[in-house]
Amino acid sequence: MKLSDSTIWTPEERAIIEQDTMLARHRLEEQYANLEQQHETAALGMWVFLATEVMFFGALFVGLGAYIYLHHEAFEKASEKLNWIIGGVNTVVLLVSSLMMVLAVHAAKAGKQRGLFLFLVLTALLGICFLCLKGLEYYTDWRDNLIPGWRFDEQEWIDRAHLTPNQVPQVKLFLMFYWTMTGLHALHVTLGIGAVLAMAVLARRGHFSPVYYSPVDVTALYWHFVDTVWIFLLPMLYLIGTHTAADLHF
Amino acid sequence: MSTLLAEPRPLPAPAEAPRETYLNVAHGLMSWLLTKDHKRIALLYLITVTVMFFVGGIAITIVRLHLMDPEGGLVEADTYNRLFTLHGVIMVFFFLVPVIPTVLGNFCIPMMIGARDLAFPRINLASWYLFVIAAGWTLYAMLAGGLDTGWTFYTPYTTQSSHYNVVPALIGIVISGFSSIFTGMNFIVTIHKLRAPGLRWWRLPIFVWTIYATSFIFLLAVPVLAMALILEILERVLRIGVFDPALGGDPLLFQHLFWFYSHPAVYIMILPGMGVASEVIPCFARKKIFGYTFVAISSFGIACLGFLVWAHHMFVAGISMYSAMIFSSLSYLVAVPSAIKVFNWTATLYKGSITFQAPMLFALGFVCLFTAGGLPGLFLAALGMDMHVHDTYFVIAHFHFIMVGGMVMAYMSGLHYWWPKITGRMYSEWWSKLTAIIIFVGFFFTFLPQFVVGYNGMPRRYHRYAPEFKVWNVMSSAGASILGAGYVLPLFYLFYSLKWGPPAGPNPWRATGLEWQTASPPPKHNFHETPVVVRGPYEYHLEKAQNEA
Repeated sequence: MKLSDSTIWTPEERAIIEQDTMLARHRLEEQYANLEQQHETAALGMWVFLATEVMFFGALFVGLGAYIYLHHEAFEKASEKLNWIIGGVNTVVLLVSSLMMVLAVHAAKAGKQRGLFLFLVLTALLGICFLCLKGLEYYTDWRDNLIPGWRFDEQEWIDRAHLTPNQVPQVKLFLMFYWTMTGLHALHVTLGIGAVLAMAVLARRGHFSPVYYSPVDVTALYWHFVDTVWIFLLPMLYLIGTHTAADLHF
Repeated sequence: MSTLLAEPRPLPAPAEAPRETYLNVAHGLMSWLLTKDHKRIALLYLITVTVMFFVGGIAITIVRLHLMDPEGGLVEADTYNRLFTLHGVIMVFFFLVPVIPTVLGNFCIPMMIGARDLAFPRINLASWYLFVIAAGWTLYAMLAGGLDTGWTFYTPYTTQSSHYNVVPALIGIVISGFSSIFTGMNFIVTIHKLRAPGLRWWRLPIFVWTIYATSFIFLLAVPVLAMALILEILERVLRIGVFDPALGGDPLLFQHLFWFYSHPAVYIMILPGMGVASEVIPCFARKKIFGYTFVAISSFGIACLGFLVWAHHMFVAGISMYSAMIFSSLSYLVAVPSAIKVFNWTATLYKGSITFQAPMLFALGFVCLFTAGGLPGLFLAALGMDMHVHDTYFVIAHFHFIMVGGMVMAYMSGLHYWWPKITGRMYSEWWSKLTAIIIFVGFFFTFLPQFVVGYNGMPRRYHRYAPEFKVWNVMSSAGASILGAGYVLPLFYLFYSLKWGPPAGPNPWRATGLEWQTASPPPKHNFHETPVVVRGPYEYHLEKAQNEA
């Protein structure tokens, strides 16, 4: 896009380009040479931050993995109690929300302001839907006495799940991992929804253009990461138990 | 320390109009507290870590006084535990880990790569605020309630038995971890994306390489520590046995997670020091650094190997013999990149035109103490030897040689080297040289005896000890008083230089780094024009060739 080649642009196009150039100059922070450098830097910054996040969740996954190996019997029994149907549905919800996010970035690149706004709102709505379902699931966990330290019945595990008394603390351990990991993930989703909504507001105000949309891109990276974490959480928490054919009622 | 905020603006020469620098471009407290300038943030960090250094120092001074006598009448056993914990926590998390990256790194990295600022100036400021909040909070928790777990927070003591302010202190350390992560992230992105035209990777100063490697450790290791500490908090609050064997947990898991961070953190605490030495030694030997590529790559070698040796802290903790053997042999490998660096510094000195100004004295002290402290590291890496001296003063002496003898010496070297750039003023040459010698001598006196008592079996962290160790402990305490005097001296002559020191000029050391190509103190955006780099960082031989011609 060279402004000097004025012959190849129609007046309307030139107006758009000039507006974009103004916008670009306005959005460029002083430490960068140009917008492209700024965009690349922001994206790299997010990737690097996500590396940290991977290690953050990684410590939990390692701990969980080690204890699945050590206490597999109690962990499988405990895992069977989790609500795998809601967990499964939530996986679909999050994956679709990621698709919406991809479409939003695509719309931003193409300069489709309405599309960008729409897809951002859809992403956020699906995220909220995920949180609502998660809340419902937490309610069923509460109802089923799955909260160690608050609502937990040790005798139930001995009588019904046929565990020995010294396996009961292992069940608590599993549930601790379940609450910590899903809680931390839900916190990430909440922050993500906030970021996506902020992007939607900015998009509505005409903040972005095909030359300047790096905040959308960076938010999308974060959102996809949060999805990816869930894809690992689902098997590690919900699917280690034997949800066998009997559970599925084929 | 608020005096420093007011002090560092150098007085302009009376006749001329004052040149605009980063120090006088804006005035007032808010212009400092809300600054996005990496150079001002570096000064904010300088004040904070200096305060923390002296807080941690006072705690250990009392401990050393207490240990003058085998019966240790000065403080109660409980107070003793809280004092060494305070010392360890403050010095590790709030001084050694952040000191060179956040002070010297913040100040120099953008200038060394010809950038106007770090990539994310707001995040840089935010990380300082996180650091201050964490430091204040942890300090308050430890002074008000106390903490007696040692800086390692081993379970189940930390989660079950300790009656002190464990949870608040742990929260403070987790917050400080996020500060480190943001700093590391900023450096990595800046070094990748904001280099001046022509500044290829193999033209970067070694200091930039080491900070880059350090930042990777920040990113990959700190979150694991944060998670381990969060799990400890949960266990302590909810009484669920993540690490407590009585409740189905495994205390070894905590040690694995903790050392997965804390061993690499040892390299966070030494790599930047190696970077400083690699800047200072070529400059004062007037020679190109020997084996540039090897020195640069060995930083990464150390960073990577650092992630593979954590279990050598756990040889007696009940890990399997075979994994102990593997970790033992991996630990030996760390000596290879470390030795590469020492040999290259020595080779750089060979046939150089050496002058012994303060930065050089400190840097040579660093190389000497790092080598002297690194060799006992090999003893400790040996499985059989480690069984014998585990948890004794031998270990204490070893890591203080690296951390204090190495890192603090290197930090002093860097501070003296870049002080003229930071303030635009020169400090007293005589006093600074004297200080370097005092610290070096005091250091040897303090820690050499600890190798002896440690080898003879004096355990660490006890408030009483067997009478036959008395003479060595008195020697150590006497040395500590010399060392302490050495650390206080710079406060005087550096402050003095702010007002009365002679103007330094842009390049007092005739150094070749990009940061010396601009005025001292630098203007707000470092360079009036973005520099174009056409050669490597240590082209001192060109100057020599020029002079001969």
